[in-house]
Amino acid sequence: MRASARPAAPALFTDHPFLHGFDPGFLSEIGEGAEDRSWEPGEFLLREGAEADWFHLLLHGKVALELEAYEKPRLTIQTLGPGDVLGWSWLVPPHHWQLDARAVKPTRTLSLRAEVLRRVLERRPADAYRFLLRLLPVIATRVQNARLQILDVHGV
Amino acid sequence: MSMASDPLGPTGGESSPPGAFAPVPCVVVRRSVESSDTVTLALRPADGGDFPPFSAGQFNMLYRFGVGEVAVSLSGDPAAAGERVHTVRAAGKVSSAIVGVSVGDVLGVRGPFGAGWPIDETEGRDVVVVVGGLGIAPVRPALYELLRQRDRFGRLEVIYGARTPADILYYAELQRWRSRHDLRFQTTVDAAGRDWYGDVGLVTDRIPDLRFDPTQTVAFLCGPEVMMRRSAQSLEARGLRSDAIFVSMERNMKCALGQCGHCQFGASFICRDGPVLCYADVKPRWNVREL
Repeated sequence: MRASARPAAPALFTDHPFLHGFDPGFLSEIGEGAEDRSWEPGEFLLREGAEADWFHLLLHGKVALELEAYEKPRLTIQTLGPGDVLGWSWLVPPHHWQLDARAVKPTRTLSLRAEVLRRVLERRPADAYRFLLRLLPVIATRVQNARLQILDVHGV
Repeated sequence: MSMASDPLGPTGGESSPPGAFAPVPCVVVRRSVESSDTVTLALRPADGGDFPPFSAGQFNMLYRFGVGEVAVSLSGDPAAAGERVHTVRAAGKVSSAIVGVSVGDVLGVRGPFGAGWPIDETEGRDVVVVVGGLGIAPVRPALYELLRQRDRFGRLEVIYGARTPADILYYAELQRWRSRHDLRFQTTVDAAGRDWYGDVGLVTDRIPDLRFDPTQTVAFLCGPEVMMRRSAQSLEARGLRSDAIFVSMERNMKCALGQCGHCQFGASFICRDGPVLCYADVKPRWNVREL
């Protein structure tokens, strides 16, 4: 299940739009132990219930967010692509993933260690505030989209 | 009786379009199943005559004798002579009865009615089309027109959202369009199983990735109202002016002539002034609850 990984080169931190504009020192700190990972189609980036120990930023490829309900077929509720970010359960105790994420195409991620992120965000509140201002719209959009999916607007 | 040979229609008035009042009997010559609840019907006048021309975005009133009448957008090629094409979803009693017809059955047809997409006004500009669900049907004639006159326009970007992969309409045609180099056609679904390798998510998720010049672009939106509203907001966030965005509205059309008031939307009758309206005019009314 483990994707191929190598230490993330500093250049990757400027490649991803989510990290644009942050203080270089902050990026250097959250980049401690970060990995440049490659995922084959079918590999899981996250598994529901598992410890949320990474924050993945998608550089290439496509990832499907999947839900599994008892006695129902597995359902893809969203696909993510380059420029997207994957998961925020690493920020919310008890830090367990709430869904599965599976690579649909060959995928490359810049993966940040959740433990490092939490520690740096705690220590640098001003940068943490900016970081959360960047993450919250992602969360808000996905919640709003989920509401529209519940409305089933195309089915009426 | 041919609708084209009798410009006022069987009982039409001076300012009414041909075939405005009395339904003209038309034979179902083709019936294609699009999904579990949606079919595409091709109709020809029962007397062998011709249909009047129509503009992309207009609609007809289809009458299932003994059941009732319902407004259905024209979904075929405006340049195709001899037959008219409608895509119908079984949503209520009348539409279900129309979906249930067989080849050889006769439907009554009134129309065409309403204002269509402003295709001529888009000359020289990029065109963005965002459609959801059955909303692809009223836009399909516009796509035929745009592709036929492809050199007159800039970039052509289409996003089509469906409920599930099984609900994607015009599947074979969409595959052909997706292979064209002068059109970027993206499809996304609300939810899917593992046998779907395409995108999953709302059409609004794809708007940030669209390639267009916001100062020289016209957008056509068609689908559920909440989808159009959010798409329009996203396009505005990309720099598109509200008067460059057009939406196809849906209300309870009955007379189709702007007389009965069933489809009133503020100061407009959707059947007469629409169904295609400028978002700049619609936007303030969308903020009025229950309008």
